[in-house]
Amino acid sequence: MSLSPLHLCLLFSSALFCVGLIGALSRSNTILVLLGVELMLNAANLNFIAFWRYSPNPAAGTGVVFVLFSIAVAAAEAAVGLALVIAIYRHQKNIRLQEANTLRG
Amino acid sequence: MTTAVLIALALVTLATAAIALALRNLIHSALLLIASWAGIAGFYLWAGAEFVAFAQILVYVGAISMVVLFAVLLTRHSRDDVAVTADGLGRATAASLAGGAVLGVLVVSIVSTKFIAGPVRPAVISVKQLGEQLAGPHAAALLVLGVILTVSLLGAVVIAATDRDDGRARPPGGPQEDIP
Repeated sequence: MSLSPLHLCLLFSSALFCVGLIGALSRSNTILVLLGVELMLNAANLNFIAFWRYSPNPAAGTGVVFVLFSIAVAAAEAAVGLALVIAIYRHQKNIRLQEANTLRG
Repeated sequence: MTTAVLIALALVTLATAAIALALRNLIHSALLLIASWAGIAGFYLWAGAEFVAFAQILVYVGAISMVVLFAVLLTRHSRDDVAVTADGLGRATAASLAGGAVLGVLVVSIVSTKFIAGPVRPAVISVKQLGEQLAGPHAAALLVLGVILTVSLLGAVVIAATDRDDGRARPPGGPQEDIP
């Protein structure tokens, strides 16, 4: 059985998604969970580029435009997420997820 | 040849990402993830999306990595405290089972799908074409994106900023904010 390059790209992105998923599920440090989520987002971007690369009409550039928007939104998400981490640290003196279990201001 | 390049890029990216999420030293994790993001940028270059590759390098390798490093350094207790406490083995096992199940479903469904073969010639989109796409059909989305970025960055500053008056106005006995 021979796999086309598109299959290889999709397998690559699924493997990256699962690395991010396992990281986000198994660690209890907030920063590492956020980094796992970032990896999963990157895996989705890989899919967009792979399908754009092997699409019948790559000149339309839809996948590329979508990935650009996705990267910009990911940047905003990372900034807000890490600001939340710093805010949690100021209240709890700790960034373990298990200990951030109150909503007191 | 091109397939070998793809497999090499994939191996480097996956290995650095997996090691980064398994390490206990947060600074080492952040630095290894920079290598992983650079590998993803290499994949974009391989696929012919040069502009996205440069955007990836600017945003992830340049900006997000710095924000992550700052967050790591701002949330440690002492100068030497960058290692996180070990998580339980049961948690890691359950996460690996869940992730492995997802990976199995994805791999089986991808391998058993026949995709219509795309063009053999390399697909390249020029920056001019991309700019026409962004300023023409996607102009509204671009503007909304600018608003989202502005609002989220302002929100991040508001969330992370130390509010001195707020701490003083708090009733005694409530959770005290520690203001350096």
